[in-house]
Amino acid sequence: MNIVDILEEIEKVDGEVYERFSPRRAAMKQFFNVGKKISLAAVPLALGSMFNKAYGQSTLPANVKAVLQFALTLEHFEAAFYTQALKATGGADFSGSTQATLDKAAIGIISAHETAHVNFLKGVIGADAVAAKASYDWTASGNFPNPFATGNYGVFLAVAQALEDTGVRAYKGQAPALVGQGGVLEAALNIHSVEARHAAKIRYMRNQNGFSIKPWITGGNDSGVANAAAVYAGEENVIQAGITITGINGTPVNVNAATESFDEPLTTDQVLAIVKLFGVS
Amino acid sequence: MKNLHDEKEVLQEERSILTAPLQRRSFLQFAGAGAAGIALIAAGCKKDKHIDDGAGNMGGVTLDFKDDLGVLNYAYALEQLEAAFYIQVAATPYANISAPELAYFKDIQFHEIAHREFFKNALGQAAIAGLEVDFSKINFADRTSVLGTAKAFEDLGVSAYNGAGKLLKSTAYLTLAGKIVSVEARHAAYIRELISPNSFSNVEVVDAVNGLDKSRDPKAVLAIAGGFVKTKINVINL
Repeated sequence: MNIVDILEEIEKVDGEVYERFSPRRAAMKQFFNVGKKISLAAVPLALGSMFNKAYGQSTLPANVKAVLQFALTLEHFEAAFYTQALKATGGADFSGSTQATLDKAAIGIISAHETAHVNFLKGVIGADAVAAKASYDWTASGNFPNPFATGNYGVFLAVAQALEDTGVRAYKGQAPALVGQGGVLEAALNIHSVEARHAAKIRYMRNQNGFSIKPWITGGNDSGVANAAAVYAGEENVIQAGITITGINGTPVNVNAATESFDEPLTTDQVLAIVKLFGVS
Repeated sequence: MKNLHDEKEVLQEERSILTAPLQRRSFLQFAGAGAAGIALIAAGCKKDKHIDDGAGNMGGVTLDFKDDLGVLNYAYALEQLEAAFYIQVAATPYANISAPELAYFKDIQFHEIAHREFFKNALGQAAIAGLEVDFSKINFADRTSVLGTAKAFEDLGVSAYNGAGKLLKSTAYLTLAGKIVSVEARHAAYIRELISPNSFSNVEVVDAVNGLDKSRDPKAVLAIAGGFVKTKINVINL
């Protein structure tokens, strides 16, 4: 992510952005000079505080802020899911196998990314960033067995897949609201593709654990979990911008390939309906 | 090496020229059977003119970033490269390839063909010509060479779409790019897992502090992709 891009884009909406950053350009210059010296780990914090000072807490363009808050709401949920999964007590039921050890390391990588996304978004939104819920309902109001119960490792992977695929679809659905927003859009896209990497990895893990599924979404609900239907609603689409992808231009692209080659977005309402079951609001 | 996409295109062009006279009896009556041969030669000329791209850049294609069509053509160029690569991988699999790996490479091949043909149709008259690829540096018989190239192409594709999103003015095109980039990211993750378990989103591509994937601007992308393309790619209005 390029901070200068973000500032430039905000300037398009708010011509006085540089002036807001106290008190004048010299301060900005100072910030960037400091930026060269401070460790990378401090960047999200520094970035967040700078946005805060510049805008107070409520002057980030309302539609942009709404998108970021929505994204943060989802990231809180995802981060909490993986934090729970990695707990020694009450976590996912990783066996002692070589595969499970590898899986657990992968969940650790994904968990770290989701927590990083939370901190990044909190930094950008500022002081009134939405908070995580105190607890979530991991059974999605009884739609799934408890993914963290003993013997339910397969359920855990299935729910993880549903969450990651939902995340991909959710970010994709928000992108149009960020068109023309430069750096903010780019950051959202940068998170979006990470969620897709996670989704593919979780799917691959399920496959390695004996459940036949591809890293890409084939048809509609390919999760093997009927109650996950809402997560995959519309994924079976084979028409893009009015162009039928199946057999396009005489090629052997079949229906499965046509659905796999394009992931579909979910609207804000569709996503909220899914995560509401987990106690997310 | 010979561009597979081009070859297919020419074949399709020939077919349509050969079958067209049958549908237009009057043309056959006047021109006779010899017309088909002449038409084929004419098709060859048209092909050359097409590569001219109408902008006077003989022997190359031009990506004009003055509007969204330029961005779509940029994506079309990358999809052409990816499709040509996987067509070759699927046609001449590396030694001792496993059945699941071959099946997934065939999947990826069709995904990239779908992307390529989608952009071609969406762009219509505005589409750049077929690119001629250069895969001389890739050893298709060797798993390590193929996987390494696949990983490079997929990560490059992800970073390219991530960097191009902000250039788009149309929300519809932005959504379409979003629909494709996540599939490229799925490919990237899978291929990375084949090379090294749990490298699906390692620090080569995702920064550890903010958890953000890479973006590259078109110039950086084309500097890398250019190593695999013979056709000159001109960039203007970026």
